[in-house]
Amino acid sequence: MVLVLALGDLHVPHRAADLPPKFKSMLVPGKIQHIICTGNLCIKEIHDYLKTICPDLHIVRGEFDEDARYPENKTLTIGQFKLGLCHGHQVIPWGDLDSLAMLQRQLGVDILVTGHTHQFTAYKHEGGVVINPGSATGAYSSINQDVNPSFVLMDIDGFRAVVYVYELIDGEVKVDKIEFKKPPTTNSAP
Amino acid sequence: MRTLAGVEDEDKWLAEGIAGIQHNAFFMHRALDANNLREVLKYSALMLSELRTSKLSPQKYYDLYMRAFDQLRQLEIFFKDESRHGLPVVDLYELVQHAGNILPRMYLLCTVGSVYIKSKQAPSKDVLKDLVEMCRGVQHPIRGLFLRSYLAQVSRDKLPEIGSDYEGDANTVMDAVEFVLQNFTEMNKLWVRIQHQGPGTVREKQEKERNELRDLVGKNLHVLGQIEGVDLEMYKETVLPRVLEQVVNCKDKLAQYYLMECIIQVFPDEYHLQTLETLLAACTQLMPTVDTKIVLTQLMDRLSNYAASSPDVLHEFLQVEAFAKLSNAIGKVIDTQLEMPIVGAMTLFVSLLTFTLRVHPDRLDYVDQVLGACVVKLSSVPKLEDARAMKQVVALLSAPLEKYSDIVTALTLSNYPRVMDHLDDGTNKVMAMLIIQSIMKTDSCISTADKVEVLFELIKGLIKDLDETNAEELDEEDFQEEQNSVARLIHMLDNEEPEEMLKIICVVRRHLMTGGPRRLPFTVPPLVFSAVRLVRQLESQGGDIAGEDVPATPRKIFQILNQTIEVLSSVPCPELALRLYLQCAEAASDCDLEPVAYEFFTQAFILYEEEIADSKEQVTAIHLIVGTLQRINVFGIENRDTLTHKATGYSARLLKKPDQCRAVYACSHLFWVDDPDGIKDGERVLLCLRRALRIANAAQQMASATRGSSGPVTLFVEILNKYIYFFEKGNPHITPSDIQSLIELINNEMQSDNGNTTIHSDPFFTSTLRYIRFIKQKGGLMGEKYDPIKL
Repeated sequence: MVLVLALGDLHVPHRAADLPPKFKSMLVPGKIQHIICTGNLCIKEIHDYLKTICPDLHIVRGEFDEDARYPENKTLTIGQFKLGLCHGHQVIPWGDLDSLAMLQRQLGVDILVTGHTHQFTAYKHEGGVVINPGSATGAYSSINQDVNPSFVLMDIDGFRAVVYVYELIDGEVKVDKIEFKKPPTTNSAP
Repeated sequence: MRTLAGVEDEDKWLAEGIAGIQHNAFFMHRALDANNLREVLKYSALMLSELRTSKLSPQKYYDLYMRAFDQLRQLEIFFKDESRHGLPVVDLYELVQHAGNILPRMYLLCTVGSVYIKSKQAPSKDVLKDLVEMCRGVQHPIRGLFLRSYLAQVSRDKLPEIGSDYEGDANTVMDAVEFVLQNFTEMNKLWVRIQHQGPGTVREKQEKERNELRDLVGKNLHVLGQIEGVDLEMYKETVLPRVLEQVVNCKDKLAQYYLMECIIQVFPDEYHLQTLETLLAACTQLMPTVDTKIVLTQLMDRLSNYAASSPDVLHEFLQVEAFAKLSNAIGKVIDTQLEMPIVGAMTLFVSLLTFTLRVHPDRLDYVDQVLGACVVKLSSVPKLEDARAMKQVVALLSAPLEKYSDIVTALTLSNYPRVMDHLDDGTNKVMAMLIIQSIMKTDSCISTADKVEVLFELIKGLIKDLDETNAEELDEEDFQEEQNSVARLIHMLDNEEPEEMLKIICVVRRHLMTGGPRRLPFTVPPLVFSAVRLVRQLESQGGDIAGEDVPATPRKIFQILNQTIEVLSSVPCPELALRLYLQCAEAASDCDLEPVAYEFFTQAFILYEEEIADSKEQVTAIHLIVGTLQRINVFGIENRDTLTHKATGYSARLLKKPDQCRAVYACSHLFWVDDPDGIKDGERVLLCLRRALRIANAAQQMASATRGSSGPVTLFVEILNKYIYFFEKGNPHITPSDIQSLIELINNEMQSDNGNTTIHSDPFFTSTLRYIRFIKQKGGLMGEKYDPIKL
């Protein structure tokens, strides 16, 4: 069992003061093995904070990030899954699932994690799964009118990935889960 | 007079004294066994003579004294048993007064006196009075102190307290009190006199030794606190005034300090509250060398704890006007002790404030009063330079923040900013950060423009350069932390009423504009997003707000936004400004304000054209422009055409060919929007894709020319995917044969890569083909469309 925290679009301090207290109290150091971050933190303080939760932090560049050295996209392998990470402002039209599917094929990954829209989605298509953890702070978005703070926790165990989405709605944390299995073939098509 | 002595000498004398006691005790015991009163008296007197020494320090004298004390216990048992010595206690009392030297005489007398009282043959008060007065005969400080201490010890259980055996018509509690007070007074006088012996060099050692004796004196106060029948009335009328009289009159720094502490600790807090005025008056009369601060602080701490012990107690505080009295006393102490350094005064104010916050947290006027007194004191010094004093002022200012979880409360204290003004610039900023941290920690929300104004005045050290000269000194990381804190703070300012929210935004804007180019990149974005959020709120509430004069309109806010983002040109940070313009453009589009949105795009393009030079930045910028433009539906045909033309033009002119290619095919989406009434210009889509293809070809040729082999086929595969995208969307200008040709083109490119016939595989191409196969297999309408395409 490998726990992977996926989050992004915090936009601190441009659009939000901090993560919601209820989220902060849940994100305890030592429980998570990897963090994948879709970008737009935006400042080093948040980067450092995330590192305290888990030192294995993978992050890609959002258009408001202070640190210009984050890569445009990144791939990594966890368990039997290949994961791809990209903020999403580079993929036009923004939030368009077919265009994201193209990126997924290009990166050759089973799970593509992307952000920018501040809207949680988990979408399964021919080439794999696209997951958008939304905005962890519920930051303002020009794309999405109704943003609730959200993040994703993936439990990856061999060929099986269980995706838990945590959303803060009206002050309460609601959890939902989706399961994905990858067939044990060389072709990455779950 | 005790001479300077080495420790070894003292040990020798102590040993001699102990030997003397033991020697005589031995004979005394023999006499006790034989019931020989005369011999008993002889040897006990001899034994007690050892206590006549003046050579020992208090510690060592105490050692000797204890040994004598043990022996005296045996003696008392003997005295008590008339059958053993045959003498009535009255006569015994008379007999022991014949002892030669006064000190042994007094010890014996006290011992017999104890028996006498127990026998009840005379009123306790008479015997006690007799003894306490006769002790005057011993004026040597150390000897006298221990003698009186002995008297206190043996008399303790024989005081005529209420409920004791010794109470009666002739004996009252008053007598007991009188006795203890007298003993206390005499003991204090003796104790104070110890310091007047010997030259200055000896004084320090003597002070230490004096301290060792203090509990002997203090014990009397403990006894007074424990006597049954001493009620508040008696304490107020007799006990306290007499004790304080001695404390003030003795004019001894050590004694005053110790005894004040004792009084505060020994007697109940309830009593202190009721005698507050008297107690405080005494405090102001103490010697200037006494650290009155600590005494007052202890008193206030105790009273604070008392207040916290039960809610009923609180009205007592109000009734005796505790705050006013303490406030006045502290003021008096500070004013009269002119040599007190500023840090001392500040410490007192901190203690008073702590008291006030604990006892009267709801009385903001009291809190403000303390701050006010502090301001007055701070104004009397030219400039506050003492670091410790500064620290105290920070503690003073932090206390209300910690106490009141609603920061706004601290903001209403009129003297708060005045105190802050006296801090030096560095400390002022530290305080400002503390204020912000408090707000963040308590998740406070500041909701009126007035309070925001006060807040930003308080933190002005962070908002702008207070002093031009030290503007450069700050550590970069610290500066960023400060500015990011200010940025975060802006999100804690909120009001549901759009009018008030706009006022807040304007107040913040006015302050932030004084920050200068170093600060604007940090502070402008949160302000902008705050305003954009307000616009969205206004939009969602409906444009038709009943009422004539509505100052808060999206149009007005966009005006402010434009002016605000413009200021970033002074930094300059065109990339940030461009992003903010695009955010505003989209917001304006949502409000149906076409000219406003068009203006924002114009500004963004100007920045792109004139300010953004880095090629990587240009790529991101053009994607943001295209991505935003793709979503916006407010533009009429003419405006839209102008903007798309510019976007496509710039896309094609990016520095590197692959970037050009990608930006151009991204532009294809500008001509196809999936909404029901969105633009669907299939022809122009195809034009873009073909242009992208030409660029990809050119790139491929350049690669051949420079490297001798083809570059990667990625760009072609990307374009293929776009063809597929629009094909599936139903663009009539994209045919299956277009797609087939493209597939063949890619195959050819891959073959010519090595010059031999082995087909190089490209994973992206492979997965794209796999996708096509998948759709074909699925069948249905879509699958049919793909029929002509053979893989």
